[in-house]
Amino acid sequence: MRIDCPMCGSRDRREYYYQGGAVMLARPAPDAGEAAWDDYLHLRENPAGETEELWQHDGGCGAWLVVTRDTVSHEISNVALAEDVKRAMRKAS
Amino acid sequence: MVELIQISPCAGLLPITLGSVTLDEQDVGRLTSLSPFGDASDLSAALEKAHGCTWPKPNRSTGKDGGRCIWFGRDEALLIGPAPDMGLAKHGAVVDQSDAWAVVSLAGPGAVDVLARLVPVDLRDAAFKRGHTVRTQVMHMNASITKLGTDHLMIMVFRSMAGTLVYDLKGAMAAVASRG
Ligand SMILES: [Zn+2]
Repeated sequence: MRIDCPMCGSRDRREYYYQGGAVMLARPAPDAGEAAWDDYLHLRENPAGETEELWQHDGGCGAWLVVTRDTVSHEISNVALAEDVKRAMRKAS
Repeated sequence: MVELIQISPCAGLLPITLGSVTLDEQDVGRLTSLSPFGDASDLSAALEKAHGCTWPKPNRSTGKDGGRCIWFGRDEALLIGPAPDMGLAKHGAVVDQSDAWAVVSLAGPGAVDVLARLVPVDLRDAAFKRGHTVRTQVMHMNASITKLGTDHLMIMVFRSMAGTLVYDLKGAMAAVASRG
């Protein structure tokens, strides 16, 4: 398995650390309430198909990445810097 | 007063020559981590004026022996050689890391074959030319590898891992050398 780091290029999976669902980027407001925080901290989708995940290129440039991966085929369809994804989210909100 | 004796990270371990490849420690002078405040253009200009090397693009290095700047990760570069001009601190974070890294050179025909056994990146000349640099791993150690010339690479790992680096490289050098 290889991941195309936007900075480093195509690299072996061993250089990366897997964190989990990219929903971690959508942090609720401090006063969003118990349900929103419970959802953010504990509840995750478990799709058979396309999902967005956070990976870190810790054995490379150190950047956090949003990786779009199909959990059935393991095909990776997109990789973006988490920094850019988060900036776009801020702009949109 | 206690007299402190400076010991280099690979003291007593190097040099080693096996077959056509030699591993040796490099005394490269000062190591300074640079991280720009925002855009790197001001830092690049200050760097060029003071040390004759510009801000490197990802996976590239600039300058030469005695004043080299290598890309060192996302929004980070490492100035190798000179004591940093204090004017750089206006444009970015300037952090001395001179004692934090073990720096070795691997040179001679077959040097790339040695690293091919330890590093998951293609370092042959066709893909990785003089002046190219990568952040990657040597076995399980996070490393920085820069090509100084054909069959001539500079490898850096955290100082605490100097012994492991020499051990792993020595094993790979012996394996390559035994193939003749
Ligand atoms: Zn990377």
